[in-house]
Amino acid sequence: MTTCQNTLAIDVQNLGKSFGSKKVVDNVSLTVERGEIYGFLGPNGSGKTTCIRLMCGLLTPDSGSGTCLGFNILRESTHIKRRIGYMTQKFSFWDDLTIRENLDFVARLFAIKGRKAAVDQTLEKLRLQDRANQLTGTLSGGWKQRLALAACMLHKPKLLLLDEPTSGVDPTARRDFWDELHSLAARGISVLVSTHYMDEAERCHKLAYIAYGKLMATGTAPEIIAAKGLHTVVVHGEHLQALSEKLDHTPEVEQTVMFGTSLHASGLDKDALLSTVTDIAGTGLYVEPVETSLEDVFVYMMHRSQNNLRLPQ
Amino acid sequence: MSRESTFSFTRWWGVVVKEFLQLKRDPVTFVMILIMPVMQLLLFGYAMNTDPKNLPTALIIGEQSQFTRRIEASLRNSDYFAITKTLDENTARHALAKGEVQFVVSIPVDFSRRLVRGERPAILIEADATDPMTIGGALSALQGIVESVAEKELTGALGHVRGTSEALSIQVHRMYNPEGLTHYNVVPGLMGVILALTTVMMTGLSITKERERGTMENLLALPVSPMEIMMGKIVPYIFIGHFQAGVIILLTRLLFRVPFVGNPFALYVATVLFIASNLMLGVTLSSFTKNQLQAMQLTMFYFLPNMMLSGFTFPFAGMPKWAQVIGNIFPLTHFNRSVRGVLLKGNDWGDLWPHLWPVALFCVVVMALSVLFFRRTLD
Ligand SMILES: Nc1ncnc2c1ncn2[C@@H]1O[C@H](COP(=O)(O)OP(=O)(O)O)[C@@H](O)[C@H]1O
Ligand SMILES: [Mg+2]
Repeated sequence: MTTCQNTLAIDVQNLGKSFGSKKVVDNVSLTVERGEIYGFLGPNGSGKTTCIRLMCGLLTPDSGSGTCLGFNILRESTHIKRRIGYMTQKFSFWDDLTIRENLDFVARLFAIKGRKAAVDQTLEKLRLQDRANQLTGTLSGGWKQRLALAACMLHKPKLLLLDEPTSGVDPTARRDFWDELHSLAARGISVLVSTHYMDEAERCHKLAYIAYGKLMATGTAPEIIAAKGLHTVVVHGEHLQALSEKLDHTPEVEQTVMFGTSLHASGLDKDALLSTVTDIAGTGLYVEPVETSLEDVFVYMMHRSQNNLRLPQ
Repeated sequence: MSRESTFSFTRWWGVVVKEFLQLKRDPVTFVMILIMPVMQLLLFGYAMNTDPKNLPTALIIGEQSQFTRRIEASLRNSDYFAITKTLDENTARHALAKGEVQFVVSIPVDFSRRLVRGERPAILIEADATDPMTIGGALSALQGIVESVAEKELTGALGHVRGTSEALSIQVHRMYNPEGLTHYNVVPGLMGVILALTTVMMTGLSITKERERGTMENLLALPVSPMEIMMGKIVPYIFIGHFQAGVIILLTRLLFRVPFVGNPFALYVATVLFIASNLMLGVTLSSFTKNQLQAMQLTMFYFLPNMMLSGFTFPFAGMPKWAQVIGNIFPLTHFNRSVRGVLLKGNDWGDLWPHLWPVALFCVVVMALSVLFFRRTLD
């Protein structure tokens, strides 16, 4: 067995997958190190879920290859399934089983020794002892997420694949969740997590941004921001909506993003951007340069990929 | 590697427990399981009418004479009968018990001589009356043929014994179901029909449900093999099948007063095999369905030819050859024969064996197919 001399938890190259004539994952290569929290970002329908499914053997790639925890994703999915925890995007535990029954089922499938103790411990950690016999279908969204996460960690996996684990979860629970992820990572567990939240993206060690099935950028957050060479100014004041529409038609401004009481305008030429925005904004508005944020870069990449896709048609 | 991919009892048991718990919480299915056999038995408890042709008939001829040759020729000419063999008495009885022939016509030794002497010899007709519908038309034709042959033969020198009513007698023995009660046939036949319908559908649904609710993704991501999933999923339905079979047997005894004269253990084995074959089929069919509606449709698609060609709706012996070949593939066909054989004819292991192995073979083939077709991925 080719167990784990290398330090890569995930190492896939040139993955491709089409549904019908639609290319959903296009030539995706990425590597996740041991103990790393790897954020997977991209708009809805960009192929994140499909990518994750390819990595754990739930879908067969049309092209490409790779390993997960040192096991071949094409041929050794049985081994992979035993060692990873996969949390599906849509809650997929059994609604007509109780919480304890769901955990029991998972524990049996992983042939966990001391099953009852393991399940009790999990219930305790989730503070769900009192509701252990409640039907899972009657739980609220947040509790379902916590149950799903607990269930996929029951067998102490080396790698977690989490598909939008915090969508629909309140901010406090999200913060707790991320603290937990970091303590897992500190113990050498690798995590690949897809998300839409910028604050979560910033808590990842590394990021990948995917749009229309293509990887647009990978690296740490500062690396990704630097790579795009984007400069940003922020405008404070009133009637920003009208301003943003004007700026969108200006060649020096690549994009604008509204943030409540402020507006971000980004462009490739720092000086031209600042002077153009100051001119158009006129008096009464306060314009200053800021650090380009991850969100600015992601919006930029999304627009770019959309435009690229539209061109050929 | 090999250790990791072998069948695990723990994982299998995990699936079994899960299925039982889910079934327990599904009142609709539960009621259906209870009500369905009772309802169908009451609904179908009455006859369906047909008049089949070319029924296999064994002829035992005690003497070679003008008269017997005429009888044989007339029987062959009539499209009611397919004179398959001319056998000795023992083999003929055996063939009747096994359902290989529908009639045994015996013309005793010395028939012509006794006829001439005016001793009123008898032609014996033994009929498998378990399915009275099958033999009704043929039986009256048979009597007519014998009478008209006698009419023609007994001329000239034998003119004095003319008039069959005086010259010879025809004895008809309706075997196994002397009163010719239709529900003796229909009710045992229903046992297979009900079991087939519910078990094929229920396993099919239980797998399709996982796909429809999105839990299949979770199941496939967990380290459980297709074999463990399928074997785990069919266990509860094996119990349900037993339960239904029990209810039906009880009703056939108490309500329809159908006899039970054969070997119960042989019937039990036939039932278990039959249930297993249907469950495996349900699993296999579910590999081709995306939602529960499709699962139901596919079940009906399989089930209708079963009803038509298994001898339940139309007498098997009356079907054309090609239809019989197809019918013989279906476990229902063989199970129907086993049930009738045991309940009505007092069949034992030896008689049942020809109807057991085809079902066992079906099981093995379908199981191999189900493993082959089971979708291990979400593709
Ligand atoms: N099983 C499937 N059959 C057909 N199309 C699919 C299937 N799964 C996903 N898709 C399509 O592939 C695209 C990418 O989906 P997905 O990987 O779920 O994206 P994301 O997780 O980033 O939102 C979507 O357009 C979706 O409609
Ligand atoms: Mg997704």
